[in-house]
Amino acid sequence: MATDIATPRASSNIVIVGHVDHGKSTLVGRLFYDTDSLPEGRYAAVARVCEETGKPFEFAFLLDALEEERDQGITIDTARARFHTARRDYVLIDAPGHKEFLKNMVSGAAAADAALLLIDAAEGVQEQSRRHGYLLHLLGIRQVVVVINKMDLVGYRQRAFADVRRAYLDFLAALGVHPQAVVPVSAREGDNIAAASARMPWYDGPTVVEALDAFAARPSREHLPLRFPVQDVYKFDHRRIIAGRVEAGAIAEGDTILFTPSGHRGVVKSIERWHPSRTGPARAGESIGITLTEQLFIERGEVISHLADAPRAGAELRANLFWLGDRHLAPGRPYVLKLATQEVPCAAAGVSGVINTATLEHVAAHEVAKNEVATVTLALKTPVAYDCFTDIVETGRFVLVDGYDVAGGGIVLPPVEDDYTI
Amino acid sequence: MEHLDALENQSIYILREAYKKFKKLAMLWSIGKDSTVLLWLARKAFFGHCPIPLVHIDTSYKIPAMIAFRDQLAREWSLRLIVGQNTAALADGMGPERGRLTCCTALKTEGLQLLMAERGFTGLILGIRRDEEGTRAKERYFSPRDKHFEWNYKDQPPELWDQFKTDFDADTHIRIHPLLHWTEIDVWEYIRREAIPIIDLYFAKDGERYRSLGCWPCTGRVKSNAATVEEIIAELRATNTSERAGRAQDHEDTYAMQKLRAKGYM
Ligand SMILES: Nc1nc2c(ncn2[C@@H]2O[C@H](COP(=O)(O)OP(=O)(O)O)[C@@H](O)[C@H]2O)c(=O)[nH]1
Ligand SMILES: [Mg+2]
Repeated sequence: MATDIATPRASSNIVIVGHVDHGKSTLVGRLFYDTDSLPEGRYAAVARVCEETGKPFEFAFLLDALEEERDQGITIDTARARFHTARRDYVLIDAPGHKEFLKNMVSGAAAADAALLLIDAAEGVQEQSRRHGYLLHLLGIRQVVVVINKMDLVGYRQRAFADVRRAYLDFLAALGVHPQAVVPVSAREGDNIAAASARMPWYDGPTVVEALDAFAARPSREHLPLRFPVQDVYKFDHRRIIAGRVEAGAIAEGDTILFTPSGHRGVVKSIERWHPSRTGPARAGESIGITLTEQLFIERGEVISHLADAPRAGAELRANLFWLGDRHLAPGRPYVLKLATQEVPCAAAGVSGVINTATLEHVAAHEVAKNEVATVTLALKTPVAYDCFTDIVETGRFVLVDGYDVAGGGIVLPPVEDDYTI
Repeated sequence: MEHLDALENQSIYILREAYKKFKKLAMLWSIGKDSTVLLWLARKAFFGHCPIPLVHIDTSYKIPAMIAFRDQLAREWSLRLIVGQNTAALADGMGPERGRLTCCTALKTEGLQLLMAERGFTGLILGIRRDEEGTRAKERYFSPRDKHFEWNYKDQPPELWDQFKTDFDADTHIRIHPLLHWTEIDVWEYIRREAIPIIDLYFAKDGERYRSLGCWPCTGRVKSNAATVEEIIAELRATNTSERAGRAQDHEDTYAMQKLRAKGYM
C-alpha cells in the first residue's frame, strides 16, 4: 500500500530511568512542554492542582496523574506518552525510581529501544542509578544517554558536572555500557532540554532533544533466520489456519518449514490475511496465518523456521536472570517458563553468580532474592525451541511465572559447552 | 514497518492471546470509534470472523442513533451481541441528577459487573487508550481486577516482552486493552485507511460534532465543521484540546477518573 506524507512515522520507545527524585518525571513533563506536545488544558489543570495544594508548579505532575503520586511526589507506575520532535515520533516511558517499584521500571524498560539515565548533579550516583544501569544492560538496551540533572543546584558549574560524569561512566564501563552522550541539564528550568542553555557555555554537546534524535532507529529483523512461533490454530471455516506473529525473518508461499521442537515438516500453501494492507511474503512483525499443503497436528508453542537455520531445542537452559518476586527463586521450586508462545513447567537446577545490582557485589547464595540478578540453569519438563539472546532477541528471552505472577525474566546464554573451543 | 501496521499487528497479537487464554471472554462494544476499530481488528485477527461475544452496557441514556447503528452492524457482521442493563438501579430512578459519578458507577460499572457475574466472564476486552487520560497512561495490556471489580493501580503485575498476565485467582477477572498503544489520531488514520464504518454522530452537522460518545446528558458536542474522516484528521492535527473535554464525568474533580476507574469503570 502506498504511504503518503501525512502517514505518521514509526516511533521510537525511550525509557527514562534513574534514582528516585532525580527528576525523571520532571524531565518528561518538560520535554512535553518545550516541544508543544501537551494537550490544551493539561498545563492549566496541573497549575491549578499545585496552587490549591500550595506547591510550586511541578512539571512531574503532567505524568504523575495519580493522587497518591502527587501527594507523595513519587512515581508509582510507568506512564507512557507520545511526543514528537521535528525529526521523529517517540513514546516516552517514565519509569519509577523507587526500589519498591522495580517491577514497574522493568515493565517500562523492557519495551524500550533506548534509554535516558538520569542523575542528580547534587546527589550524584545512587543505588538505583547503578541498579537501573545494570538492568538496562541485561534487558539488552544498548543505546544509552546519561542526563545529569539539577545543574541549577550546583551553580551550573562544569566541575560538578565532570565529577558526576566520571563516577557514573566508570561504573557503566565496568558493565560494558558506553553512553552516546552525557548531557548537563536543569529539567525544572529548561536548560539543555529542547534548546542549548546560555548558562552552561562550557558545554558544546547535544541537548536532550538532539540526543534523542541521534539514537539509531530500531533495526529491522527481516534479514534474520525465520522464527514464527505458533500462537493458535483456527478452524472457523474451511481453512485450518496456523496463526502467529513472525518474530524474525520472513515466510512465503511454497516454503518448506520445520516445526521445533516436534520436528514436523510441512510446506506453506498460503499466507492468510483478512482485509490486508499488503500481500506476498510475511515479514518480521506481522501477525498473520498460514495454511499447509498437508494437514499436521500442530499445537501452540512450536516455533516454525526454515530447514536450515533452525532454532536450538533442549530441556535445559542457561540464562542471566533478574528476579522481581517477593519469594526468592530457589532450586527445586516449581515455576512455569514462558518463551515466545511456549509454556513449560521448570525448576532451577543450578544458581550461580548472584549479584546485588546496586553494588555489583557477588552474593554467596544459592537463592535469588528480589531485585537480584544471577546466572541460572533451568531444567525444563519438556524441550523448548530457543535461541541465544545475542542471536535472536525474540526467541532468546523468557519470563518465569511463580504461582499467578511473572516473577522474573531472563536472557538465554549459549550452552556451557559452547564456551570452550577445543 | 509502517506505523499503522505496527499498531495493528500488536493489537492482533493481544487479541489472539486473549482468545487463546480465556474460555469465558467478552468484548465491550460502546459503539464509539475505538471499540468499533477494536471489533474490526478482531475480524482481522480471526480472519473475517468475530468468535468473541460483544457486550454493550445500555444505560438507557444512550443517544438513540447509537442503538440503531449497533443493531445494524451486528446484523451485517453476524455478531453475537449481549446487552446488559442495571434494571434495578434504573427502576429505582438512577440518573445523572443523582450525581454524575454515582450514576456512572451504577449504570455502567455495576451494569457491567452484573452481566459479568451472570455470564461468568473472566476476561473482558476494552478499547481504552493510554493517551485518553493520566490513569489510563499507566495501564497494562492485561490488567487484573479483584472480586470487587477494583483496580489495584498501586501494585500492578510486571508486563514485559509480550508475556501477559493470564494466570489468576478464581475471584478475579482480567481486563484486556489491545488499543492501549494507539492515539486518537491513529484511530482516525486507521479508520480512513481501512474504510471502517463509523457512526455518523462523529461527523459535523450545523457546526457541531461529537468527539467522544457516551450518554446524552453527560456528553457534549464540540464546535467543528469536520464532516468527513479526512476533515476530522485535519482538525485533530490542528488542535490541542483533549479528547474527553466534552465528557462531564471527567471534570467533576481532579481525580474523578482515577476514582471511577479504581472501582471498575472502563
Ligand atoms: N532544582 C531543581 N529541582 C528539580 C529539577 N528537576 C526536578 N526537580 C525537583 O526534584 C523533585 C523530584 O522530581 P521528579 O521529577 O518527581 O523525580 P523522579 O522521582 O525522578 O521522577 C521535584 O520536587 C522536582 O521539582 C531541576 O532541574 N532542578
Ligand atoms: Mg517520577
